Amino acid sequence: MSADPELAYDARGVTRVYGEGRAAVHALRGVDLEIPKGEMAVLLGPSGSGKSTLLNILGGLDRPSEGEVFFEGRALHEMSDRDLTRYRRDHVGFVFQFYNLMPSLTAEENVELVTEIARDPLDPGEALGLVGLSERREHFISQLSGGEQQRVAIARAVAKRPDVLFCDEPTGALDSTTGRAVLRVLRDVNARLGTTVLIVTHAAATAAMADLVLHFHDGRIAERTRNAEKADPEEIEW
Amino acid sequence: MVSPLDRKLLRDLWAAKGQVAAIAAVIAVGVMVLVMFTGLVLSLDETRRAYYERHGLADVFAPLERAPRAVLDDLAELPGVARAEGRIRGAGRIDLPGRALPVQAVALSLPQDTPAALNGLRLAEGSRPAPGRNDEVLVLESFARANGLGPGDRLSATMNGTRRSFVIVGLAQSPEFLYTTPPGELAPDDARFGVIWMPHKAVAALYDMEGAFNEAILSLQRGARAPPVLDAVDRLLEPYGGQGAYPLAEQTSNRFVSEEIRGLEMMSRAVPPAFLAIAAFLLYIVVWRMVQAEREEIGLLKAFGYTDAEVAGHYAKFVLAIALAGALLGALAGLALGRATVSLYIQYFKFPFLVFRLDPAAVVLGGTVSVAAAATGGLVVLRQVFRLQPAEAMRPPAPPDYSRAGRIGAGLAARLDQPTRMVLRRLTRQPLRMGGAVAGIAVGMGLCAAMITIHAGFERTVRLGFEVVNRSDVTVTFTHPLSEAALYRIARMEGVRAVEPQRHVPVAFRHGLETHRGAISGLVERPELFRALDEEERAVPLRADGLVLGDALADILGAAPGDVIEAELREGARPVLRLPVAAVAASAIGTPAYLELSALNRALGEGFRASDALLTVDAAQSDALVQALAEMPFVAGASSKAEARAALQELMDSGMGTMRFINMALAFIVAFGVVYNAARIAYAERARDLASLSVMGFSRGEVTFVLLGELVVVTLLALPIGSAVGYGLTLVIAAAFSNELYQVQALFSAASHGYAALVVLAALLVSGLLVRRDIARADILAVLKTRE
Repeated sequence: MSADPELAYDARGVTRVYGEGRAAVHALRGVDLEIPKGEMAVLLGPSGSGKSTLLNILGGLDRPSEGEVFFEGRALHEMSDRDLTRYRRDHVGFVFQFYNLMPSLTAEENVELVTEIARDPLDPGEALGLVGLSERREHFISQLSGGEQQRVAIARAVAKRPDVLFCDEPTGALDSTTGRAVLRVLRDVNARLGTTVLIVTHAAATAAMADLVLHFHDGRIAERTRNAEKADPEEIEW
Repeated sequence: MVSPLDRKLLRDLWAAKGQVAAIAAVIAVGVMVLVMFTGLVLSLDETRRAYYERHGLADVFAPLERAPRAVLDDLAELPGVARAEGRIRGAGRIDLPGRALPVQAVALSLPQDTPAALNGLRLAEGSRPAPGRNDEVLVLESFARANGLGPGDRLSATMNGTRRSFVIVGLAQSPEFLYTTPPGELAPDDARFGVIWMPHKAVAALYDMEGAFNEAILSLQRGARAPPVLDAVDRLLEPYGGQGAYPLAEQTSNRFVSEEIRGLEMMSRAVPPAFLAIAAFLLYIVVWRMVQAEREEIGLLKAFGYTDAEVAGHYAKFVLAIALAGALLGALAGLALGRATVSLYIQYFKFPFLVFRLDPAAVVLGGTVSVAAAATGGLVVLRQVFRLQPAEAMRPPAPPDYSRAGRIGAGLAARLDQPTRMVLRRLTRQPLRMGGAVAGIAVGMGLCAAMITIHAGFERTVRLGFEVVNRSDVTVTFTHPLSEAALYRIARMEGVRAVEPQRHVPVAFRHGLETHRGAISGLVERPELFRALDEEERAVPLRADGLVLGDALADILGAAPGDVIEAELREGARPVLRLPVAAVAASAIGTPAYLELSALNRALGEGFRASDALLTVDAAQSDALVQALAEMPFVAGASSKAEARAALQELMDSGMGTMRFINMALAFIVAFGVVYNAARIAYAERARDLASLSVMGFSRGEVTFVLLGELVVVTLLALPIGSAVGYGLTLVIAAAFSNELYQVQALFSAASHGYAALVVLAALLVSGLLVRRDIARADILAVLKTRE
């Protein structure tokens, strides 16, 4: 049972089974992985391969059926609901394919939603500046385009200065131009703030900008690759 | 072959089964109340009619002092009269072993045993007295049962001053005595008032009525009107000491039955609309939510070529399915409950048989009204279906626009945290929908407030009647009006602390087109033991030159202070007085009219006379004293207030009054249903926002705040409005519960409305906890990963 605090994540033999008996679905069938702090990792694979399930377990939204998961040496698999909430509140940011912003709040207020409860947040204006939306902070969600909405979602996720940023298909609903802009923001967050970034996607080209690429297949990690050189989002083929 | 849309319909209904059941239940309750009460009213009416008809209950009653039997022929000759019979009626007292207080009774000459006879009896047990046996009697069944008497038992009674012993040979039921009331009291009491039927000869001998009668009973020809007959009878009987003929409608027992049935009828009109309105509101919000959630499906269907009408029809079927299920369930429950309750009522009214009638119109009406209510709720939403363009519908919906709502109270918002801003902007963005939620909860609150107020009103009636208005311990009724000497005798008896005289004179009141047969109560100028009170329970001074009317009588006569009332006294020289209304007093019990005692006596051309005396007594000697009083020759009856109070309480807890418990339970259920539904809908609409907050690390409590904050504001807004709605409902329901016997007042009571508010807040708390549990269980990921 190792728990290396230098690793952002250290997981051993993680399985996740939904349902019971004949109806049981094995989403993860024994995953081991180590993700060093400050790296950008891309989890790649077809839908149903288990990558999102793993992301949820690492993000504290779900628990493994078996196996151990450590975040900076702390055992996530043993945490209570209350502790997991605490963990998400203090350490983790999420970005989803469908932005999930609060339509009743402005862009800036959406960010403030997080900064109000965070221990050491960025200034909301600064977070919006990071995603290039300083001009639009007074706008309500209905007044923003899809790409802008996703950037607000990223600003909201990074504003608490999370240790880890989880992105589940962040560009899934976007066209190539706006998609690239979003990826650039993610790279900047990783590079400038040192945030560990985990991206789940089935767009293989995205892998080129990561430090670490994990290929999922049928609930297992089928292949791990390390990029000696990370590509610029601008160069990524869409 | 079931079309795919219909299969979708079935699955949609199944998926929303909780809410479907809740709404159908509310509709069902409305329809149930309607079907049950109308069925009850119809059945009771029909049973009463059949019972009266089968036993030839008279249409007109004419008490008098004494008339030779030959007068009956003259009565039968009067236009409109079908049959006239004379009978003998005498007051008596029954001594029951094991019962401290003697029981008042009336002795009646036995009606002939022919189908044509008026006021015929139904023999429940035993047989009629054998010919020639003057010591054999029939006793009213309800009285016998209440006192454990049966055929073969002996009965000892004092009649016209003589003590006699009888053998009970049979128990009889009579449509004339469904309710029996001890003299001087208002509430019926089976145990404390006996009716004895004796052979004509026996009763004639006892009361010196050989060859004569002292009460005429008449049946009318089909289609004949009562008022001219009453006038003719009064004129004919005047020389024989006629005390005023009255129609069946004013006969004591029948009047109580009518009042109860009328109360049920009013209830059937007041309650169902509230329930159906709530159901319409619930359907509206559920279908609204559904159409929102299924935009994409709607677009898809339209893209496939389904017409607007077909798609709208699909959602209309959803609404109608719930409405019809509710209506059907309600009709069945109403029938079942109606049948069950009707048998209770049969016992309560002592009907010997039951004619169960269902009003098909009520079922049809219930069905139609609930479908209409449901459709109103649903149709508003269906308009949206028509407006959706397929292409637009299939795109994910644009985020709702809060830019206008956001500007409202911007200054204030700056000082609030983000979750609070979310709550406020939701409230201000859709004022109509929030208004709907407020209205729904307000009706729930109103129902509770009304029912609790009514409940408190019942308590108040008993308290006012027996503690505040009447402060005596014992009421003594004399056989005839007496002078001061009788009062002095009573005052000297052991255990008597204070004596206060009263005189009750039967009166026919007239004001405009309204008439009422009642009595004037003569009270001393500044009474201590029995007082007329105003709304604030302060004593109203009695007047020699004007009447103080109880509010119930003032309502019946439509009279206000200053109006002149015509009062025809039915005693002595039968003077007709024209008296102004001096004041209206709060009367919780009966329909009293008060006049200063000496003025009343003067009007009758008499000196001091009292027909009753009120006493306060030493509690320890009360029973012995009542016993001694009852033995006195000039005393017709002596009753303790405790017994009269218990009788009224019993009456309110057993008949129509029981409905107040049922109504209160229903009101609580509905209030809870509305609040819970509002919470569920709010949750369904906001699942996504809440899941996002959860993912961001907001605690369960913080997430719940965002959801319930809105509901709390809505509920708080609904409370004052609900209070106003409740007051309105109270007026209607109080009128339904009130009758000539007792009145339930629609007084606004802060406490009752406070309790109602607590009920609604408790519903909010429980709903909040239930929804909070769902928040904890929710699969936040599933919510977040789906497109809305």
